[in-house]
Amino acid sequence: MVPSRARRIEEVRTISFEFEGLAVQAQEGDSVAAALTAAGIVDLRDSPVSGAPRGIYCMMGACFDCLVEIDGQPNRQACMCEVREGLVVRRQQGRAELEL
Amino acid sequence: MSARSVDLLVIGAGPAGIAAATEAAGLGLSVSVMDEQSRPGGQIYRGIETASPKRLAVLGKDYAAGRSLTESFRSSAAEYLPDTLVWNIGSDRSVDFSRGGRAQQMNPSAILVATGALERPMPIPGWTLPGVTTAGALQILLKSSGIVRDNCVLAGAGPLLWLVATQMIAAGARPAAIVENLPRGRIVAGLRHLPGALRAREYLFKGLAMIARVKAAGVPVYANATGLAIEGSTQAEAITFSSGGRQHRIETDAIALHQGVVPNQQITRLVGAEHRWDAAQACFHPVLDARFRTSADSIYVAGDGAAINGARPAALQGRLAALLIAEDQGRRVGTERIRRLQAGIARDKSVRPMLETIYAPAPEILAPADSTLICRCEEVTAGEIRSVVDLGAPGPNQIKSMLRAGMGPCQGRVCGLAVAQIIADRKGETPEETGYYRIRPPIKPITLAELAAYAPDEDAPRAASGDAAA
Amino acid sequence: MSDTDDGADTLVVGGGLVGAALAWGLARLGERVTVIDEGDVALRASRGNFGLVWVQSKGDGMSEYARWTRQSADLWTDFADELEAASGVSPEYQKPGGLHFLLSEAALEAKRAQINRMHNVNGALGYGVELLDRKALDGIFPGLGPDVIAGSYSPHDGHASPLKLLRALHAGLAARGGRYVSDAKAQAVERDGSGFVVRTAKGSFRGGKVVLAAGHGNKWLGPSLGLNVPLIPEKGQILVTERIRPLLPMPTHVLRQTTEGTVMIGDSHEDTGYSTDSETPVLTRIARDAVRSFPALAGARIVRSWGAVRILSPDGCPIYQESESHPGAFSVNCHSGVTLAGAHALSLAPMLARGKLDSELDVFSSRRFADGSVTRAAH
Repeated sequence: MVPSRARRIEEVRTISFEFEGLAVQAQEGDSVAAALTAAGIVDLRDSPVSGAPRGIYCMMGACFDCLVEIDGQPNRQACMCEVREGLVVRRQQGRAELEL
Repeated sequence: MSARSVDLLVIGAGPAGIAAATEAAGLGLSVSVMDEQSRPGGQIYRGIETASPKRLAVLGKDYAAGRSLTESFRSSAAEYLPDTLVWNIGSDRSVDFSRGGRAQQMNPSAILVATGALERPMPIPGWTLPGVTTAGALQILLKSSGIVRDNCVLAGAGPLLWLVATQMIAAGARPAAIVENLPRGRIVAGLRHLPGALRAREYLFKGLAMIARVKAAGVPVYANATGLAIEGSTQAEAITFSSGGRQHRIETDAIALHQGVVPNQQITRLVGAEHRWDAAQACFHPVLDARFRTSADSIYVAGDGAAINGARPAALQGRLAALLIAEDQGRRVGTERIRRLQAGIARDKSVRPMLETIYAPAPEILAPADSTLICRCEEVTAGEIRSVVDLGAPGPNQIKSMLRAGMGPCQGRVCGLAVAQIIADRKGETPEETGYYRIRPPIKPITLAELAAYAPDEDAPRAASGDAAA
Repeated sequence: MSDTDDGADTLVVGGGLVGAALAWGLARLGERVTVIDEGDVALRASRGNFGLVWVQSKGDGMSEYARWTRQSADLWTDFADELEAASGVSPEYQKPGGLHFLLSEAALEAKRAQINRMHNVNGALGYGVELLDRKALDGIFPGLGPDVIAGSYSPHDGHASPLKLLRALHAGLAARGGRYVSDAKAQAVERDGSGFVVRTAKGSFRGGKVVLAAGHGNKWLGPSLGLNVPLIPEKGQILVTERIRPLLPMPTHVLRQTTEGTVMIGDSHEDTGYSTDSETPVLTRIARDAVRSFPALAGARIVRSWGAVRILSPDGCPIYQESESHPGAFSVNCHSGVTLAGAHALSLAPMLARGKLDSELDVFSSRRFADGSVTRAAH
């Protein structure tokens, strides 16, 4: 198989955020989902039902498949959240965890 | 924090919504537009305000045409509330919305729902694997961030599939293949409607040109494909199907599915508006009168949320709806203007019978195999739905109760039509008889903290009192 | 649309939690049962059930109801096991005990008085509810908000999934050869020879006995059989969160975490007729109370809300009655379709199979409302 490398057709201002402890370069105006896609990251979470991996699907806020943890908040829609410098993003591992 | 009143609230800042708002504001109505995105344009003109010349060139002139719409909207007197989620409309038409993490209320005299379309669910084996997206998602990546995926397989059918393919080619990311699941005989059936469609022939020319461009670029096209399935364990690895009498397997980790678009019913269902089943398109439409009014008091719908027609007629409908709403509110509106808009919409619609005949969803997509997941959120299969129908469950709401289908965070947006169809087929009735999920607030999740801090009828958050048991 | 079959032993009108529990209970005794139900859109209180198997506070003012409730809770473990074995679907019953939060001194005093009143309802078994101070609460239920000053705990309380329970009962009924007919709202129920006939848009159905378990529908269906049941609609609304990792160690009267992880948040008691609409002011009040009781929930996302109409008798206690003018016709109503499912399936259904209610249920006859002396009590 020829991997389906995701890439950008142009460059604008670059910002940096973190996904699972790794630095990810994004561009201003990207959604978190778009920036992760451009970085080649497709596995964003485990389903809380079966544990199966999931990634982006609709990119327009309808399907809730691209849920990730953003700055400690669980189950955020990666496609509806714009990237900001220094965001800390993690895979959503199953159910949300709330601190007592 | 008492609620504000406006003459017209428009929900959705796509072509229908912003055209309506611009028009209504021009007629002197006080107008607010709420939209979940950060910039106007909807999905069809996503990123139109920030797209570079290169991106505009890749996406084509029909996309670029959206810029004049957003410019007029920006310079209108309409209030624009981006990053705003409408999560409830009460029986008194008070609108609960969320903005900046804070729930607020507005009291409009009229509400125009311009929430557009969603892609039809295309449940096939493996469609939940990472690497599988909708075709629209690929296009949104390109429009909003200039991102393309090389070697993508586009699977399904519909004008959008060809449009995405040509845009990817223009961006230098030629798709690996197109797997078209159009049943045999559809083109011939569609040609019956050619004479009428010639009234809007530019759509036909555009379509033929797209197909020619894809073929000229050397993209393999597999026609009349059946038995589509996606393989993979932790992400998509291949797509398999039959075409031309042979079984095919294309290795790929990027697959974009498309099976047409359908009206987004969430808000029209929330307000309890009457809907009708469109058997040819296998989707529900809100029932509208000639003035864009639903059966729910003060609720209007324009654009693809009413019925799929595309961006240009959506904008014309938005303008026309605004004029009629203004008339309903006692303003004088020029009849010539109304007539011209009606004529423009009718002309654009003349291509629809042909397109709808050709691109009606493939029967096999409407009747998924028992093992195929239908509800992506709660992971409910077609077979489970059928088995509960066999126990006697009468419709989608009882299925939801018994299997959790439609109970997840997407609230049935993705699976709703598929669930209704599977139940109807099993019971031997039409989805109109079967019905649809009852949609409840909040129509998208909001935090308990936000709801708790919300005191719509009071000046300050109320102090809780008494025993929680009440 | 045929004028149907050779008739069932028992016709059950209503396929909700009450009707389905009775139908399965009858079928497991070998009865031929037909259940007649409405369509997809109906009041359907079962879909709005909170899922508690709840003993504490039930039957204050009517000790027989307290005992009947406790009997059902005691039956629930065996009932759940047998039902799962019969249907392949677990109703997800758990019995970790249950907690009722108290947020004021007044509420604490009222609860103390109630516990004293209830002390002897179960004789030697005891009522089994104890008051816990805040320190004791923290030991069994970490994370309570500062406004929770005390709580009452009952080891007999538990919870189940009302939706899985309903599905299990339907599957169990089908496995026993029972018949379930939906989209068949009962239009009339009449005497038919030695039995009864229910007329619906899907045809007429016959049975030797008939059990009305149609919730509020009993009010309209009952009179032709000499069954007059006064019922009051009371709306309850519920908020449901996204799936969360285990957070609540046991169910409480206003918060319950399901096995899937969603937290159900309720409950309201509204006098709004038969409306099942979700109303924002009530939902915000429920949200405030929940955050006050358990602050960690503040960050949880609400995925759904729900509204349903409870079936309340004037005193809040069940109505079990056989018609005097039409022997063989029964009316069954309650608002605790989950709590009482054990008793309905394993105790009441055998009485219906025999065709006679035991005298211990005499007290639940609607005759108790006839003289107008019964006033609305806690339920």
